[in-house]
Amino acid sequence: MQTAATAGIHETAHHDHHELSFVRKYIFSTDHKVVGIQYGITALLFMFLGYGLMALMRWQLAYPGKPIPVFGDLLLKVLGPDMATGGIMSPDLYNSFGAMHGTIMIFLAVVPLAAGAFANYLVPLQIGAPDMAFPKLNMMSYWVYFVGGAIMLASFFIPGGAAKSGWTSYSPLATVADLARQIDGQTMWLLGMVFLITSSLLGSVNIITTIIQLRAPGMNWMRLPFFVWAQLVTAFLLLLAFPPLEAAGIMQLMDNLFGTSFFLPTGLVVGGQMLEVSGGGSPLLWQHLFWFLAHPEVYVLILPAMGIVAEIIANNTRKQIFGYKSLVYASMALGFISFLVWAHHMYLTGMGTKISTFFQTTTMIISIPSVIILTSLFLSLWGGSIRFNTPMLFALAFLPMFGIGGLTGLPLGFSATDIHLHDTYYVIGHFHYVVAPGTIFALFAGVYYWFPKITGRTMNEFWGKVHFVLSLIFMNLIFMPMFIQGLEGMHRRMYDGGAAYSAAPDLAHGLATAIKLNVGISHAAWLLGLAQVPFIINFFWSIRNGRKVESDNPWQATTLEWQTPTPPPHGNFTRPPVVHRGPYEYSLPGRPQDFTPQNQPD
Amino acid sequence: MPAAAIPPLDMEIPYTAEARPDTGVYNAKIGLWLFLASEVMLFGALFSSYILLRVGSPEWPQGLLSVPIGALNTFVLIGSSITVVMSWLALKGNDFGKFKLYMGSTILLALLFISIKSFEYHDKFTHYFVKLKDGTELTGHIEGRPFNWSLAKLKASANAPREIAFHPDAPKQGEPVPDSTHQTLRLPVEQIAKLESFGPWRNTYLAIYFTLSGLHALHVVGGIVVMLYHWGAGHRLWRKSREQFTNRVEVTGLYWHFVELVWIFLFPVMYIL
Ligand code: HEM
Ligand SMILES: [Cu+2]
Repeated sequence: MQTAATAGIHETAHHDHHELSFVRKYIFSTDHKVVGIQYGITALLFMFLGYGLMALMRWQLAYPGKPIPVFGDLLLKVLGPDMATGGIMSPDLYNSFGAMHGTIMIFLAVVPLAAGAFANYLVPLQIGAPDMAFPKLNMMSYWVYFVGGAIMLASFFIPGGAAKSGWTSYSPLATVADLARQIDGQTMWLLGMVFLITSSLLGSVNIITTIIQLRAPGMNWMRLPFFVWAQLVTAFLLLLAFPPLEAAGIMQLMDNLFGTSFFLPTGLVVGGQMLEVSGGGSPLLWQHLFWFLAHPEVYVLILPAMGIVAEIIANNTRKQIFGYKSLVYASMALGFISFLVWAHHMYLTGMGTKISTFFQTTTMIISIPSVIILTSLFLSLWGGSIRFNTPMLFALAFLPMFGIGGLTGLPLGFSATDIHLHDTYYVIGHFHYVVAPGTIFALFAGVYYWFPKITGRTMNEFWGKVHFVLSLIFMNLIFMPMFIQGLEGMHRRMYDGGAAYSAAPDLAHGLATAIKLNVGISHAAWLLGLAQVPFIINFFWSIRNGRKVESDNPWQATTLEWQTPTPPPHGNFTRPPVVHRGPYEYSLPGRPQDFTPQNQPD
Repeated sequence: MPAAAIPPLDMEIPYTAEARPDTGVYNAKIGLWLFLASEVMLFGALFSSYILLRVGSPEWPQGLLSVPIGALNTFVLIGSSITVVMSWLALKGNDFGKFKLYMGSTILLALLFISIKSFEYHDKFTHYFVKLKDGTELTGHIEGRPFNWSLAKLKASANAPREIAFHPDAPKQGEPVPDSTHQTLRLPVEQIAKLESFGPWRNTYLAIYFTLSGLHALHVVGGIVVMLYHWGAGHRLWRKSREQFTNRVEVTGLYWHFVELVWIFLFPVMYIL
């Protein structure tokens, strides 16, 4: 098989006379692999920016009111004295950075990386398809995402600055935050979101259609790699959960631009003045619509990560994934139930105890499939002869990190315990454990794992391990103390990092020590940034200078993306693949090798 | 395996025209159904918002829209969704000329719908609410039927009038007839506390009406653009691949039915209930 695949390279080299122009090949390309790489690089840049915003905010939290070293002057020059007098972060700037950190990380970095880059590159390869079902829509999906990102970026530089009302953009705050301006940061945010939602619509329609229609002969449903299943469920979540946010976004846009009152209640007083609007709207309505998206969105963040981890674990334990079928059904259940739990973010809004009880129940039910998935992945390690390479290390670390994130979610899911924990740093700790050392570690694992297929070279193992160990340490040093801060009652949206609590010492018992943790957390956060330097250098250096792979299948993997030339040519396969077996036939007794590729006939 | 036996790489995306045997559909059809599923969620969210806002509001304006006009538009849309099916059937019967005729009629009907709709919109922006400083509230029309005035615009205009001529609305059935009816009131501008047209800012009902029907109208316009493309440039694809072109028209028709279906909900909800 291998030799035939390589022979095929020369074949296509002969056939491929019509060279595409540079623009068609690399910029407005319809090739799913190029689109995937475009998504990947853009999303990584956004992740870097999202990190940068937070690194600056962490200064203000650790040393409130002190000028930011080095970057303070830069902020002053770029954003003006309104935002950073004397290099000190203003409250408005803090709010903007906070809102945009969340927005960028979720909508512009992690989701585009997980569901844009990885899905685009890998899904067609893993199911044995020549490309996506709608290559032109695929190209559009990237460029629409790009425009959405550009709008979000531009919003930093308009008068008044970027959106300031959190990534959740709660009304009426979002509408009244910048009342004096017609086009304010929030308006830009909403416009940007419309583009991002459109992009995700195009992407998800494409992924689902591709998986349903373009599976190679023999690739029946239960032979799909788990990664493909995870992406399928993810695409359905994006398809169905985003439109209500789009509806909400349109309504908030109407509130901001045309003076409607969808989310503005009667008698709203802003700055001592009764607001001149018709009123009659409902702030709760925004929250319902927002969380109807945003809870499924957290599964959009986690499912592709689980898919990546499953692939890497199977490959590096040289074993069948434990309970493949239960993984598949659990992820479907997860997708389905994730539409029924959204109001667990709203226990404290006064929506009523009956409603709270309902959502508390569904929230407990949804933990079951999550636990099934995590357990299956853990049990997959059992009895394997594990190869501890960089991708595997990240994948292994994902398991306990996601475990911590998930378990700390349970006290939040009970409406009684959430009274104490809501809007504290505990929540910040909870979801960052799931997304940062959870999902982002899985994404790193994926980058290290598939890098050889994309470039034909491997990333440096030593620096990969350095990157891993340091990231693991600093991630935990950042987020573990946040649980303590939150349990002590420290609020999550304070400009001064809680310094104001010292004005009421007896009220804030225990908070005094909790606040002191800010300094350590901030240092860990900056060091986490430093720990990414090996990754960044390794990444770019290895593209040209990494060790060349000796075969098309350096990890000796079973799934179809490894049974192509390296990097896969336009059209992917040198001949139409036919699938003969399940995705993880490793270490089966009586076989000549310890792995049997899916397209190998008996 | 000898190199000659390797079939040349086939970069065609499979199932763009013919159906995949085990799923029974071609790609675009699945794509469109998925798109419609997401559209259902979009309009579903807006209709749910309508319900929530209406349930939570102490009073809900009624009779602001003309039912006969809405009904007329409903029939226009129903007509267009019949002609769009006819155009597809024409292609199935290999009659491109008939396709042009029916697709053309669909486009004309869609344009008629938009025209009627904009007439209705215009009507709202020339209908005014006035509150005087003494607390009197009036609704009606300003002489000359100016478009979307507000007090601020009025005062800022070049030769700002000192007073406006106002024709109050006829009272609703059962309400007492005030003596101001059927006569033109002269309202001094400095007596006016608030002046606004019946745009989306007027109340929650109009807000949701404009948002929902506006979004729906955008869908109609999108449909017109696509159908115009099929009507104008379709013969090229028709000559290249009849099957694929027929599929595209079928998919467009599905979309068009969805647009009509949304209106079937919109009409009673906004005009009658
Ligand atoms: C099954 C386990 C989980 C449970 C029971 C759970 C429960 C909760 C609850 C009840 C809250 C609201 C807390 C509050 O605001 O008071 C919350 C917040 C959050 N969760 Fe989870 N969660 C779980 C897993 C996840 C996963 C897998 C992710 C992401 C990949 C996630 C991401 C988030 C985010 C982003 C927030 C905060 C949103 C915000 O207020 O800004 N959670 N979680
Ligand atoms: Cu949630």
